[in-house]
Amino acid sequence: MLHRADVTRALTRIAHEILESARGPENLVLLGIPTRGVELANRLAALIGEFSDADIPVGSLDVTLYRDDLDRQPTRGPAPTLIPSGGIDGATVVLVDDVLYSGRTIRAALDAIADVGRPAAVRLAVLVDRGHRELPIRPDFVGKNLPSSSSERVNVRLDGNDGVEEVTIEG
Amino acid sequence: MRHLLSTKDLSRDEAVHVLDVTEDMAATQLREVKKLPTLRGKTVVNLFFEDSTRTRISFEAAAKRLSADVISFAAKGSSVSKGESLQDTAQTLEAIGADVIVLRHPASGAPAVLAESGWIAASVLNAGDGTHEHPTQALLDAFTLRRRIHGDGSRGRGLDGVRVLVVGDILHSRVARSNLWLLTTLGAEVTLVGPPTLMPFGIGDWPATVSYDLDAAIAEVRPDAIMMLRVQRERMSDAFFPSAREYSTLWGLSATRFAALPETCVVMHPGPMNRGFEIASVAADSPRSTVLEQVTAGVSTRMAALYLTATGAGA
Repeated sequence: MLHRADVTRALTRIAHEILESARGPENLVLLGIPTRGVELANRLAALIGEFSDADIPVGSLDVTLYRDDLDRQPTRGPAPTLIPSGGIDGATVVLVDDVLYSGRTIRAALDAIADVGRPAAVRLAVLVDRGHRELPIRPDFVGKNLPSSSSERVNVRLDGNDGVEEVTIEG
Repeated sequence: MRHLLSTKDLSRDEAVHVLDVTEDMAATQLREVKKLPTLRGKTVVNLFFEDSTRTRISFEAAAKRLSADVISFAAKGSSVSKGESLQDTAQTLEAIGADVIVLRHPASGAPAVLAESGWIAASVLNAGDGTHEHPTQALLDAFTLRRRIHGDGSRGRGLDGVRVLVVGDILHSRVARSNLWLLTTLGAEVTLVGPPTLMPFGIGDWPATVSYDLDAAIAEVRPDAIMMLRVQRERMSDAFFPSAREYSTLWGLSATRFAALPETCVVMHPGPMNRGFEIASVAADSPRSTVLEQVTAGVSTRMAALYLTATGAGA
């Protein structure tokens, strides 16, 4: 559904949009949700840094311990949370994830953020929005809207994690 | 993981996974808000048939940090002293709504009986059973040691080639047993040191070297870590060794022995310490001592154990 060039183009556009809506790079912090959100956050931070000539703090935010479906899935190990040394108090935090689906991961991420600090604002950037929201959550920056059936699987593969760069739909 | 009963039946991958989850839990304990919502709505019962302050409050702190409700049940002065069986006690606790039972019991194998009998559906965590095992203690020791050796690069690693001396009352020590199984699973080389009267029968089949001479063991093994076991006071009058003073002279970590250890060797003790008896203050208070780190690691380890047993489909 998306090829390498599409992914690059989408990320470039999102980077510009983030800069524009934040009115500059000051105060921005990007937090990726493991595993692929972290790779995307790093790439977005590099792009924003390139466009604005600034160093954008980037980190990862694990939401496993905040999920509401821990009893419905096999137990999984958490991934590390790495908050940039400047913290997130008063910052504009942009959460970055690969696929937005039910919205429950983002709900958990908002709880996790509240335990780390108090940002001035939290925004959401996703590479793919596939619909089927179960909570009143809406992304601020979207790479591609991908209407899908809930029986389908949306796979995001990235260079840093999988050695290929594509978005596919299965099933 | 449904239950945590022993370290002997953990595979290397499982053990490393528990230690890695402990890393994540430890990281959350450095934040301003230490409480996580992970086990909200679950009830953890500490069922202790033996006195223990450290282990009980450590489990209690861990469960509370994960937002579970905690009920601590000391068997003394309870219906147990009126003759209630383990089965009835456990079923009563489950009827109250226990999701996890943390069990300490003087009989070896009691947690396994509770887990495998089908009496209850709750998860069982062994918090020390007789002379059998004390798995969370061994996991927190391994976690502490791995951090000291590998630092921030600990994740995913074992303890390959790490040389460990375990010194003291091996016969009665469940801590020594749990540590031996776990350390060898993780690739460490273990030497057990103590008086011959405090070595268990059949120790020749254990995956460890046995020594009765602490000075010789220190010189030969050049350990990366020395783990001193507590000598239980009641043993001192049981004629396992002629006198407390003789034990202390031959198998205590005195200032002289501490000086003879390699400079990188860490000193571990599960607590509570008998200062001046099995361990000299100069060793216990040195920067190479991990005694307090072990206590801190205990909370993170038990958070990991509670998380891994109490969540997951079917839990």
